[in-house]
Amino acid sequence: MTKNPYFGLFIVIAILLVLPFIVPNSFYLDLVIRMAINAVIVLGLNLLIGFAGQISLGHAGFLGIGAYATAVLPTHFGWHPVLAVMAGAAAAGLLAAIVARPIFKLKGHYLAMATLGLGIIINITLRNEAAWTGGPDGMPVLPMALLGVELSSDKHWYWVVALLLSVSVWASLNLINSPFGRALRALHGSEVASQVVGVDVVRYKVAIFVLSAVFASLMGSVTAHYVGFVTPNLADFFHSIELVTMVVIGGMASVYGSLVGAVLLTALPQALATFEGWETVAFGAILMLCMIFMPKGLVPTLAARFGKAN
Amino acid sequence: MLAQFLQFLFSGVTVGATYALAALGFTLIYNASNVINFAQGEFIMLGGMLAVFFTQAGLPYPVALMLAIAVPAIIGVLLEKLAIEPVKGAETVTLIIITIGASLVIRGLVQVFLGKATHSLPAFSGDTPIEILGATLMPQSLWVLGVTALVVVALWYFFNRTLQGKAMLATSFNRLAAELVGINTSWVLFMSFAMSAALGALGGILVTPITLTSYDAGIMLGLKGFVAAVVGGLGSGLGAVLGGLLVGVLEAMGAGYISSSYKDAMPFVLILLILFFKPRGLFGGKSTDRV
Amino acid sequence: MALLEVNDLSIHFGGVKAVQNVSFSIDAGMVYAVIGPNGAGKTTLFNLITGVYKPTSGEIRLDGESIGGKSPNELATRGVARTFQNLQICMNMSAIENVMVGAHLRLDRNLLKAALRWPSIARRDAELRLEAAELMRFVGLEAFLDSRADSMPYGALKRLEIARALAMKPRLIFLDEPAAGLNPKETIEVDELVRKVADSGVTVVLVEHDMKMVMNLSERILVLDYGRKLAEGTGAEVRQNPDVIAAYLGVQA
Repeated sequence: MTKNPYFGLFIVIAILLVLPFIVPNSFYLDLVIRMAINAVIVLGLNLLIGFAGQISLGHAGFLGIGAYATAVLPTHFGWHPVLAVMAGAAAAGLLAAIVARPIFKLKGHYLAMATLGLGIIINITLRNEAAWTGGPDGMPVLPMALLGVELSSDKHWYWVVALLLSVSVWASLNLINSPFGRALRALHGSEVASQVVGVDVVRYKVAIFVLSAVFASLMGSVTAHYVGFVTPNLADFFHSIELVTMVVIGGMASVYGSLVGAVLLTALPQALATFEGWETVAFGAILMLCMIFMPKGLVPTLAARFGKAN
Repeated sequence: MLAQFLQFLFSGVTVGATYALAALGFTLIYNASNVINFAQGEFIMLGGMLAVFFTQAGLPYPVALMLAIAVPAIIGVLLEKLAIEPVKGAETVTLIIITIGASLVIRGLVQVFLGKATHSLPAFSGDTPIEILGATLMPQSLWVLGVTALVVVALWYFFNRTLQGKAMLATSFNRLAAELVGINTSWVLFMSFAMSAALGALGGILVTPITLTSYDAGIMLGLKGFVAAVVGGLGSGLGAVLGGLLVGVLEAMGAGYISSSYKDAMPFVLILLILFFKPRGLFGGKSTDRV
Repeated sequence: MALLEVNDLSIHFGGVKAVQNVSFSIDAGMVYAVIGPNGAGKTTLFNLITGVYKPTSGEIRLDGESIGGKSPNELATRGVARTFQNLQICMNMSAIENVMVGAHLRLDRNLLKAALRWPSIARRDAELRLEAAELMRFVGLEAFLDSRADSMPYGALKRLEIARALAMKPRLIFLDEPAAGLNPKETIEVDELVRKVADSGVTVVLVEHDMKMVMNLSERILVLDYGRKLAEGTGAEVRQNPDVIAAYLGVQA
């Protein structure tokens, strides 16, 4: 690893600084904002799936918690949006902690099933409790004011999201090269080996699950405020699969791969917007082809190719 | 009171039989290849949808039904050959994602070519409900239960009394050992996917006259079938059947007595409880890793 | 008091009694070997003492403290390290990172500080990298300082595991067949390495089949057969024990 991994961060920041000025119209700005939001979620999810080698098939549920916390609490209870966002993150984290402990003692399929079940239960609850959540049709979200400035325009949100993304990339890079991050990767490489050097395997799995749940919840809140409206679709099974697809395509255990995956798969539905059924087929086909031919994901596979060429 | 209870019981057992067939499908594939086939639900959906399609295309009902079982079986084999075999020995996450991808492809293609409408099939022996102690039972339910029971008995016979069946069982215990004694494990894999898809499709056909079918009917059915398989203990055939019935009944009881809007959530609450307290399921055994 | 005391230790896997009523003790600073035919229960014994398995009955005491049934990561905190017969290397990491992982307990593992790139953590990490490089040189792996684990040959990986174990700065190190699968030249190198490790003050417990190595290195030997203790003593004593000879060479008809 002679190349400095933080080099990519400078490129990302440079791109983020320049983008709003070269983007042709507000449609594309909206797209970029959605890409960046997804990128942060995927970064958190990748820590869980790619680095720690676990799986979550219900992550959209945590998105839903964050989104609805910041919709419901201010609207029905008069909470300040920032407090609501924090409450959502705390709730998501707590839920993740409660569910994770018993589940991470199991492996593979059981974990997949448990996270799947959790996501579905959250989705159904959001759909059912119409009095609070507006049911399947969703509900509007009150605007958020930070430091006196009401965040309402696309431009405002772009800078908020760009900042969040840059910080997330930086934090992820830091984490991976730290003792904590090494322990995580060791856990993925050989659980037994990591145990005998002192890694409390269950505790680490829970920690990273909680962390990725909190990331998701925060970005769910951001999405809610940015769009101004929330529906239960935000928390459904297909969305959870989309997120996993982004991790897988971009590259498991690759920070920059997470960004690539988010960008590609946020753009894809737009490209296929008119072909609804084909969108599903495309996602499925991409997942399959990627896992069969490029199981490490786009970025690590390409990196290895070019590494060999050197 | 009794009538209401019986009503819930009947509907629970009926849908539970479908879950049982789905769970058996999961178990078959899991035993042969350690893969959890998330596309299982789509085979169930294909059974119903293709039966409708072939009937509407003018084929005689029995032929349509047979094709509706054969075609998913072929698709199952294709899935195995094209998507599972190439990645033999890959990580669990990889395999799970591949089968999820397959389920999306199947569902998407059905959506594109067969549309998003809901469909039904004529019941096998008419629609006149049967009265039992104040509760009504659809004759189709009897078909569902009867055929499922037959299938379970046939499978039991196959696995315990025929050479091919025993070969499949042997492969599920220890693949390498099975290969070493000359069992063609590729064939076992091939058969398990074909049978699993056929079972699912059969379940889908049986239940469509009651619950109808559409392009997205497979998702929940498959997931709940998986829950049933885990509840019964992944890898246990008996567990799959009992798990399916249990999930179906608990779901119906929960929907009837507690809350019907949370009906779909019940199996998943159940699975979380099972995973928390008895992760090996009701009939699964313990295992230790050799280091 | 002995560093490690094992009393009447047993483990049953269903009907299989893998280890039965084994007792022995090891003093600090010793090199102690456990030998026996394949399937005698040597690795199982290791797994019991290092927390991978829970005993069915019996006692294990480290420095007087009962450790039977504790998890491997708890044992790591008490200075117990081990290598594996079948290698447990993190192939997804580089060689030096594998060694650095060994120092896990000696570092600040705080998540928040790590995410914020706390200067003390970054500094400590740089120091650790140098230390890990030193360890790799100690075990003879200078050639692989920049390698990924998945590109290293088998023999090198065996030594990498030892380096990882040493990174824990352990009191007690369990080496499970360090010479297995190695050619004669490599075996001699491992022999010298184990001597180096023992000379550095660590108590070494060794499972090995290579008798020359065992006799050369160990002060005391425990012989297991079918999960039971067959004999215990110095190399000379054990070599002349008729039960041991019978187990290894068969009885004259």
